[in-house]
Amino acid sequence: MAENTKYIDTKETSPSPKDFKSDQEVRWCPGCGNHAIMNAIQKALPHMGIPREKFAFISGIGCSSRFPYYMNTYGFHGIHGRATAIASGTKTANPDLSVWQITGDGDSMAIGGNHLIHAVRRNVDINIVIFNNEIYGLTKGQYSPTSKLGAKTKSSPYGTIENPFHPGELIIGAQGRFFARSVDTNMNLNQEIFLEAEKHKGTSVVEIAQNCVIYNDKTHAEITNKKYKEDRQIVLRHGEPMIFGKNRDKGIVLEGLKLKVVELGKDGYTEDDLLVHDATLKDPGIHLMLANMQYPNYPVAVGVIRAVKDETYERKLENQIRQVKEQSEFGCVDDLLHSGNTWEVK
Amino acid sequence: MDKKQDVIEREEVVVRFAGDSGDGMQLTGTLFSDTSAFLGNDLSTFPDYPSEIRAPQGTIGGVSGFQVHFGHRQVNTPGDYADVLVAMNPAALKANAKWVKSGGTIILDEDSFTPRGLKKAGYETNDPIKEDHLEEFNIIKAPITTLTKEALKNLDLDQKSILRSKNMFALGMVYWLFERPLKYTEQFFERKFENQPKIIEANKRVLEAGYHYAETVELLTPTYKISPAEIEKGTYRNIDGNKATAWGLIAASEKSDLELFCGSYPITPASEILHELALRRDFGVKTFQAEDEIAGICTALGASFAGSLAVTTTSGPGLALKSEAIGLAIMTELPIIIVDVQRGGPSTGLPTKPEQSDLTQALYGRNGESPLVVLAATTPSNCFHYAFTAAKIALEHMVPVILLTDGFLANGSEPWKIPQMSDYPNIKPPIVPRGEKEWMPYARDPEKLARTWAIAGTPGYEHRIGGLEKDELTGSVSHDPQNHEKMVYLREEKVNRVVRDVPNQQVEGSQEGDLLLVGWGGTYGHLKTALDELRKEEALKIGLAQFNYIKPLPANTGDIFNRFDKILVCELNRGQFMDYLRMNHPKFNYLKYNKIQGQPFTTIEIKEHVKKLVEVNHYG
Ligand SMILES: Cc1ncc(C[n+]2csc(CCOP(=O)(O)OP(=O)(O)O)c2C)c(N)n1
Ligand code: SF4
Repeated sequence: MAENTKYIDTKETSPSPKDFKSDQEVRWCPGCGNHAIMNAIQKALPHMGIPREKFAFISGIGCSSRFPYYMNTYGFHGIHGRATAIASGTKTANPDLSVWQITGDGDSMAIGGNHLIHAVRRNVDINIVIFNNEIYGLTKGQYSPTSKLGAKTKSSPYGTIENPFHPGELIIGAQGRFFARSVDTNMNLNQEIFLEAEKHKGTSVVEIAQNCVIYNDKTHAEITNKKYKEDRQIVLRHGEPMIFGKNRDKGIVLEGLKLKVVELGKDGYTEDDLLVHDATLKDPGIHLMLANMQYPNYPVAVGVIRAVKDETYERKLENQIRQVKEQSEFGCVDDLLHSGNTWEVK
Repeated sequence: MDKKQDVIEREEVVVRFAGDSGDGMQLTGTLFSDTSAFLGNDLSTFPDYPSEIRAPQGTIGGVSGFQVHFGHRQVNTPGDYADVLVAMNPAALKANAKWVKSGGTIILDEDSFTPRGLKKAGYETNDPIKEDHLEEFNIIKAPITTLTKEALKNLDLDQKSILRSKNMFALGMVYWLFERPLKYTEQFFERKFENQPKIIEANKRVLEAGYHYAETVELLTPTYKISPAEIEKGTYRNIDGNKATAWGLIAASEKSDLELFCGSYPITPASEILHELALRRDFGVKTFQAEDEIAGICTALGASFAGSLAVTTTSGPGLALKSEAIGLAIMTELPIIIVDVQRGGPSTGLPTKPEQSDLTQALYGRNGESPLVVLAATTPSNCFHYAFTAAKIALEHMVPVILLTDGFLANGSEPWKIPQMSDYPNIKPPIVPRGEKEWMPYARDPEKLARTWAIAGTPGYEHRIGGLEKDELTGSVSHDPQNHEKMVYLREEKVNRVVRDVPNQQVEGSQEGDLLLVGWGGTYGHLKTALDELRKEEALKIGLAQFNYIKPLPANTGDIFNRFDKILVCELNRGQFMDYLRMNHPKFNYLKYNKIQGQPFTTIEIKEHVKKLVEVNHYG
């Protein structure tokens, strides 16, 4: 299978995956997609060349947000929706930390939607991993901002009447510089994406289709089912043509202002006609189209869709501090207190 | 200068500048205060302005005022009634005439008293003096607008800029009246408009024109002379409460050797703290203007986790939004300072007017058993000390601290004897030393009960914290019923132990006697003045206890209350502190005196009330 051709083949540079496991019992439901995502993260971390104490895992509230407890790193289990803000503060205060935000679709996009778009806009260098199960797990099955229109849940017994957010569209629309997407079970691709996310300086948002076996089982099955996933997902890799399909016989071309799925060898299309993925394009146009591709008209794009270099918030802040310090007339608080208009009483 | 009038030597004087909110009254008042301060007067100011940036011109709603009280003895309040009122338009007269002392002087811009202007201000006749019964006042009608235009005739300035400088004409007149030199204000123009020589020239000309006008027409009677105040030796500056708060936090950053991080969202009247901190990148201050108050405190908490001195600043409605995150700070036992510059409420209430009605919110406004430390500053300048102290307590006890100030302290200013940082103590947060063995996140210092702080990034102390209840020692999530109960008491006791760092409550005036005035926060100046005057004029045996430490209360609180027959708790709310005192010291019988008008107390009303109470005692 296509995405299995790449592995993490760099050497582990810090403790092994098991060193990242805390002594706490993992209490997600058996079969929950969260387990696989955590395994992939624990496998990827030793390859990042970062000592264990420099990792901070920060979360809000939800099933997925229990994640930090299971990690033998610094961890902060916050309050519902606010992990983005906590993480932004942690990173701004100490830019040496590798800050990871673990969040659910409800946590990040309902109650925390405002914080999410603003972190992305500021480009604080945090890695946000959204576990998207299109449902509220912890509160036992209400629809979320990513639930499909018409989804029947405990709080929408007759089907939702709300349009869902597409995380990719939201993030890229908010000037996101990094967006990647994957599926919980794809361990190798996930490790690869996490490494890319860490390497990227600025806010990285990774959306992972996660299966909640209890309240929303198989909601992503249409694209994740083993039988047809190769035909319904396309793995995007920077610099490679957009080919997909079990037999690697399909691809994406740009026709006019639209993306189009073509069959290689049919209607005269060859590999040379296919779009070559460029994750670094500043202009969000194509990335937005790629992020928005939906089954059945298109395959769903996984992999790093967008990775555009830009200065980060915390570096700009550090630079500003350095510059202002250089020009400052003050050496200590006493100087500040005596600045401006003062007078002597004798 | 040769004056025909008698010069009246006065102890103190109150001047009130009032005009349309576009008339620059705040600046006028500030310049006058600065000059008085340079001359060695003690002073206190009270800016009083509408919350609309440009309320309809010429209407009562748009009146902006600035009161300065200065004197040659200690001045504790901006004063109740003004000796001199400058009214730049009819609305300013209408709104402020009632605040002038009988026989006082009122300076009017005659040009603005047109039939249209009068009507807009709500006058029914064309004679505002008669209509408002101001005949016994010393009314000075000066054609301020005309003379301002005249002064700037050949300077090639647009009409708008010309009219904008008429406040300087009024200021010039007042300078003459009080024998103040123009030079400090002229220096101000030179600094402020460094690259606009024409504007400097215009302002100087108008200021001088006002001064000379007052001198030539000789209609100003009487003039006043205020000698320098008898105040302690030292170097002084003027400071307002918001700036003092910001600087106190910066001082705490220096003394704790921790980077200062402020996550905040703008709100009146707290915004200037954020502004001042944002200026101070040279002290390494990181300000984070968040998308809302919740993000403001959450970024600060994240920064605290990463080892910063974490602060968030706000006013009542913002404090309401922060409550869930304050609970998280209590649970994770991370140090954080929450500054609440109170204003009238509920909801958005009175954004620019002082009130003390967030006390209950500060003490209890959260889910669950969620104790924290509450402090209150009592003067604009001691905001510095209490911001510093809030940081010291938060960091050394690993506890959130709410510092209450209010709009009156925030914007009011006074001369401040600049302290030496060497007189301030170091701040020593319980950061775990590297290489400690057997460390547990929630193990505590047996004295303070503070847990130790392992700052994210330190090798060997990787650990997890969060909002779920935790095991007493390991900090792991725990739902054990006994453990929870224990933790609830522990967190409360930890806050109570702060009392060991709280100085004994002082009583001013009589140390025992008929009545104890009790106040907290920004009402200090008024209560102190009332106390001094009552003791002097009526020889009453009364004292004043003004509280800075609210939770925990000073250890000697009960002892103090024991020494007085009556306890009168005065607050700008319905009695929140009194309720709290009654809960903590139930054996006393408290009386209360409250005002909820978005205005500070006046000394007079406090005095009247106290006199009634003490008389009852004598004859009843
Ligand atoms: C302020 C607040 N409101 C509501 C809740 C209840 N709550 C907890 S988790 C959650 C939604 C969880 O859904 P999601 O973020 O998608 O995470 P999942 O459990 O699916 O991983 C809600 C509504 C809360 N804890 N706090
Ligand atoms: S409820 Fe769903 S999301 Fe939560 S742990 Fe169980 S399977 Fe996972």
